[in-house]
Amino acid sequence: MSTVISQIFNGLQSGSVYALVALGYSMVYGIIMLLNFAHGDIIMVGAYVAWIMIAKAGLPPAVGVVAAVVGCTLLGITIEKVAYAPLRKSPRLSLLITAIGISFFLENLAQLVMGAGAKSMPEIVSGPGLSFAGANISFVAMVTIVVAVISMVLLTILVQRTKMGKAMRAVSEDMDSARLMGISVNRTISFTFALGSALAGIGAVLYSCAYPQASPTMGSMLGLKAFVAAVLGGIGSIPGAMIGGFAIGLLEAFVSAVGLSVWKEGAVFAILILVLLIKPTGIMGRVITEKV
Amino acid sequence: MKKLISIALVLVLVLGALAGCGKTEPGTTATPSADTGANATAPAAGGTIKIGLLGCYTGEYAQYGLAVQNGALMYIDKVNAAGGINGKQIEPIIYDDKGDPTEAVTAFNRMLDDGVTALLGSVLSGATMAVVPEAYAANLPMITASATAAGVTYNEDEDLVYTNMFRTCFIDPFQGEKMAQYAKDILGARTAAAITETGNDYAVGLKEAFVAKCAELGIEVVADEGYSKGDKDFKSQLTNINAKGADVIFCPNYYEDDALIVTQARQLGITATFMGGDGWAKVSEYAKAEDLEGSVYCSAYAPGSTPEIKQFETDYAAKYNGEVPGMFAALGYDAAIVLLDAIKAAESKGLETGSDEYKAAVIDGMKNTSSVGITSAYSYDEFNNPIKSAVIIKLEGGKEVFSQMF
Repeated sequence: MSTVISQIFNGLQSGSVYALVALGYSMVYGIIMLLNFAHGDIIMVGAYVAWIMIAKAGLPPAVGVVAAVVGCTLLGITIEKVAYAPLRKSPRLSLLITAIGISFFLENLAQLVMGAGAKSMPEIVSGPGLSFAGANISFVAMVTIVVAVISMVLLTILVQRTKMGKAMRAVSEDMDSARLMGISVNRTISFTFALGSALAGIGAVLYSCAYPQASPTMGSMLGLKAFVAAVLGGIGSIPGAMIGGFAIGLLEAFVSAVGLSVWKEGAVFAILILVLLIKPTGIMGRVITEKV
Repeated sequence: MKKLISIALVLVLVLGALAGCGKTEPGTTATPSADTGANATAPAAGGTIKIGLLGCYTGEYAQYGLAVQNGALMYIDKVNAAGGINGKQIEPIIYDDKGDPTEAVTAFNRMLDDGVTALLGSVLSGATMAVVPEAYAANLPMITASATAAGVTYNEDEDLVYTNMFRTCFIDPFQGEKMAQYAKDILGARTAAAITETGNDYAVGLKEAFVAKCAELGIEVVADEGYSKGDKDFKSQLTNINAKGADVIFCPNYYEDDALIVTQARQLGITATFMGGDGWAKVSEYAKAEDLEGSVYCSAYAPGSTPEIKQFETDYAAKYNGEVPGMFAALGYDAAIVLLDAIKAAESKGLETGSDEYKAAVIDGMKNTSSVGITSAYSYDEFNNPIKSAVIIKLEGGKEVFSQMF
């Protein structure tokens, strides 16, 4: 029984990171119909920023955490302005290809600047673990889950209750009508990227707590799994991304627990295929009628 | 205009090819000069025993080849200075194979023409494996200091052991056996678990040897978990291991993964001792000192670890302009010891130097060797792989320190 509880918490811990990253995918897709494949690599940059601040400059972990979140936010806005904004009127395929290009660019840049090997991340948080029904829940796991849930609650409030959130929802509903209503579309899109990237920054810190290494390619698989999570939840839907993230995390833990750990990734991508075959809109997605 | 450019390009290519030739010329002429040099130092009285030294002494892997050569020559010089074997001086015949299997075979044939009695080499597994079948056909005694591939002494396709071939380095899976023995003898383990990267031949080889040895020693392997390349999350596998409660966890992967595995295991409250192979070197830079504390891994060589190695380091530095020897030089030295001990045995039987019976006696001498090198004492198993001591490195206070020879 205690093993089952441990495995559930393992799943929830990695699931919360997937959920945070999936939110970024989903929000950006919701607003400009772009699959931002560079999103996973933003996490990688965030991890390196944290590493430089804490390990290289010797600053306290809190400074590293703030720097990682701010760094990711700025990077997200910059990528949007430099790479995506000029292509807003182009076919969506051009945007997708640009996103993949940015992803490769960031990975190779990191490899060039930081080297191909992994950097060891110093400890960011530490504390006593918790014993729960005979299962050991580590402090890092608790922090990860709690921080992720708080971030998601704040995000929901922001989107549902504030003026900027209203603007975001309006732009994702219909960009042209939103512009007619006097909403600054450019500013709203930038804000969405900033928000998604800030969540990625938080994800980067939580990821670095759990797996204390930063490497140039750490974001690619994480990004792909979060993408699957977003599709599973229904891409474009915020609650969907959260549910999808936790579902993927639990699925991985379950697959490993029954001894099929080598098939973990296979299982995740099998989910992607199944969702696309059976319910392409995902769990929470709504059917959008294609405008011809 | 286009024609002009193409002619210019062709010229550049031809020049490049010529320049390439020019570079290789001195290399090939340099090798005979090396053995005439050795000829000059060898006095004619009592005759000589010719030993071939083959390895990559130029090119990409030259640092390994030269280290092995330096180590081997150091011992040969020592024996010669003490009067040689049975009054005969050892005459090294040195050929460079540049790490290339084809060059190695060519050099080997020239050595046979030169009349070598035994061969010390080659350095890389690929070049060595190209030479072994030829040397086996000629029943020439052969020993390598550094070729670790299992195929060097054993042809799996034909189920054939190359009885003439020996080595002083241990093959990778041997580390798994060592650590199982260590778990039993030193740690007193009753149960063990393993976690390995399933697509990695090195890790899987060590793990399989470990599990087989555990079965032999009566250690129960309660969990055998795997993961794929690039995985960062091992908590689910470790939770399974934790549920089964192992005394030791064998984790023979590369250091980056090992560090993550140990860190996550401690987060889950696992207190078992972690053990690994030489892929662990540098692990201390990737995980916290208190998480790693007490973990052990084995390795082939540790600088400054024993009095014999310290002495070797001093002598080596004195002979080679203050250079610090590494594992390759030490194993080259040991290879020369094992080979020359066997030659001593053959000489004592009064056989004619270089005859077929003599060569067979040298091979026999190595097979039943009791030589003691600087890294270990040697004996050989049925596949002619060495049974020797490994260096046990322990993680203490965030440092990787030499613990013992085992």
